[in-house]
Parts: sequence; C-alpha cells; structure tokens
Amino acid sequence: MISVTSLTVSRGERVLFRDLSFQIASGEAVALTGANGAGKTTLLRTLAGFIRPDAGTVAFADIEPAQARASHIHWLGHLDGLKTGRRAREELDFHARWAGAEADGIAAAIDVLALEPLLDLEVRKLSAGQRRRLAFARLVAAPRPLWLLDEPFAPLDARWRAALGLLMQTHLDKGGAILAAVHDPLPVAARELDIGAGR
Amino acid sequence: MKALMVLFRRELALAWSGGGGPLLACGFFLCLTVLIPLAAGGDPAGLRPIAGGIAWLALALSSILSLERLFERDLEDGALDLIALGPVPLELVVLTKAKAQWLAVGVPLALTAPVAAITLGLPTSLAGLVALSALIGSLGFAFTGALGAALALGSKRGGLLIAVVVLPLFIPPVVFGAGALERAVNGLDPAPALAFLGAYVLFAAVVTPFAGAAAVRNAQG
Repeated sequence: MISVTSLTVSRGERVLFRDLSFQIASGEAVALTGANGAGKTTLLRTLAGFIRPDAGTVAFADIEPAQARASHIHWLGHLDGLKTGRRAREELDFHARWAGAEADGIAAAIDVLALEPLLDLEVRKLSAGQRRRLAFARLVAAPRPLWLLDEPFAPLDARWRAALGLLMQTHLDKGGAILAAVHDPLPVAARELDIGAGR
Repeated sequence: MKALMVLFRRELALAWSGGGGPLLACGFFLCLTVLIPLAAGGDPAGLRPIAGGIAWLALALSSILSLERLFERDLEDGALDLIALGPVPLELVVLTKAKAQWLAVGVPLALTAPVAAITLGLPTSLAGLVALSALIGSLGFAFTGALGAALALGSKRGGLLIAVVVLPLFIPPVVFGAGALERAVNGLDPAPALAFLGAYVLFAAVVTPFAGAAAVRNAQG
C-alpha cells in the first residue's frame, strides 16, 4: 500500500528521524508510537504530502504520489476541519463529497455512526466526541484505501472507541490500511512502529 | 467539475454565513463614501471631478474586509488539510475560492458602486459604466486579494498583513477603473481604460492560482 524508504525529516534545526524505512501492506494496521514531540504528527503529515522530506521517498503501490493524495488517503488529524457556524449535515456533506462519497455512502455513514440526531445542530453545539464522530463519518462514507489517523480516539468514550474499532476492522478486511498515531493500544490487531523518544 | 461545484457552493455558503459578511462590506463601502465628503468640507462641487476616483478607492478598501476568511479559517480549523487531499489540484482550489469570493462579495460591492459614485456627484447617466467597470475590477480584486490572503497565511495579525500586501497590488485596477470614469465624464471613450482593467484581471487570474497554491503549500508544511 505504502512504502517509505530512508526518510529523513527535520523541523528547523532539529532532525526528527533519519533513515526511517517501513512498509504498510494492504489489510494491515500500524500503531505509530513515540513520546510527545518525537515526530508522530510530522511523519503523518509527511506521508500525506504536507511536509517535504529532506531525503528519502514515500511511494504508493501502483500510483503516483499526487494521485494517491487526490483519491487514496483519508486524513484525520487533531483538528476536525469542521466549521463551527455551520450545521453538522452541511459539513459532513461537503467533506464526504469532496473525498469522493456519493449520497448512499453518506447515508450509510450517518446510520453506522448514529449521527442522525446531530445533523441539524450547529457544529459549535456538538461535544468534542460528537465532532470526532462527525469527522470520522467521511472515512466511512468515501472509500479510500489508506487512513492516516492522528490520535483518533482522544475525545471518544469507551463505547465509541469500540465502535470505531469495528469500523477500522471492516476497513482492513476490505483490503484497506491504517497508520494511526496513538498512545493507547489500537482496538484492532496492529503492528507497532516506534519512532522513539522525544525531547 | 462536480467536486469544484461542491467547493464553490461551500465557499458561497461560508461567505454568507455568520451574519451576512457581504452586506457588511457594502455597508462599509457606503459609510466611506459618506465620510469622505464630510471630511473634505462642505463644497460638493469640489468633489465632483474626483468622485469616480473616491468611489474606486472605497471599493478597493471594502474588497479587503473579508479576505482573511478565505484561507486563514480553513488553516486554523484543519479544513485546509482535507481540501488539499481532495480530487482537485490546489491551483484550482485557489481559483475556485477567488471566484466564489467575487460572486459573494465582489458583485454586491460592484452593484453598490453606482449608488456610491452618484452620491459623490458623478452624473447619473454613468451609473451603468460604474457598475460594469466595478464588476470587472472587483474580479481583479478577488484574484489578487486571494493571493494576498494565501501569502499572509499562518501569520499572527493576518488581516493587517493582507491589507499591506494587497493594497499595492490594487493600484492598477484603481487607476484604470477611475480612469475609465474620468474619460467618460470628459466625454471621451472609456473603452481603452476598461481594456487595461480587463488585461489586469486576466493577468491576476493567471498568476493567482500558481502563486496562491504555492503559498498554501508552504503554510501547510
């Protein structure tokens, strides 16, 4: 799915990781661990193409990186990317369609994440956990094979952690791949990738 | 194309959400045109020769007001990352955002311009020309304004920085737009000035997507 070869990334003067190589196969989940400040978010942003590495390559199976970024990657960062002044329905609709979803995919995501009662509310009225569920809905609505997740479970309660675990398992069973920066273990079977101590 | 329409509709909705930003810009525009004669003294006849110029200056200033919303909010709340991972290259995203900015804010301002210009003493017969030139000019303002908004991304006090970056770029359209009105007032054909105004818009339409997308990528890195 994705193969990273001797990646070196620095922020300012500081080299976060040097000569990092790993691969993630289709159907595989990888838990990205490391101390605060070790560079988990930076690594995810580099894979998503937001940060240009100093050296090394990020390659995707069968397709060009630009193409992968346009249609193969789902990104779920610290920020949910939701406009607080708009209704949940409008925000879900935009982000899901932008990621390539059709109406039936959006309906299915609303169903599986139990979002129906929230849709007519303004995003500002939603709790952090509800917003995360709303943001997660686009991953379910628009099928994209590689999920890059940054602390996806932080605001969620135990029930929804388990529920999202099931959705992740479904994604993996369909041949998708997941790289998630986490502090707690992922709710699915995952290989661990430790990028070491922070500063 | 479908994805671009999705983005375009979102941008229009965002421009009008949270209290009708475009109406505020039009209100600001009219306030400026009322304030300038008061500041310049009681003689309306003295203002008449420069009425077109003042209207264009006020139009340029009013066009800056809502630029900060264009990219900065999307960067702050993370939406810009998601938009960058969409089906459309960032260059087209920047172009689409600029066009939506024009339709949401530029067009209402351009339609306010005749009212402002006539209030300042421009002959009523020129209302159509004022609106036409302002429609073309505000498209240029939207393009260069979007570029300025992208360049100012991530800086504190982004709004002020946008104004400082963008106002010098607004000099040509103000000169050509006010020039068109001046020529018409003096009985000359305004077409040459309008042609220069159009050329500026085309230039801005070509430069803005590439420079703007580069600035956005830089802010995300």
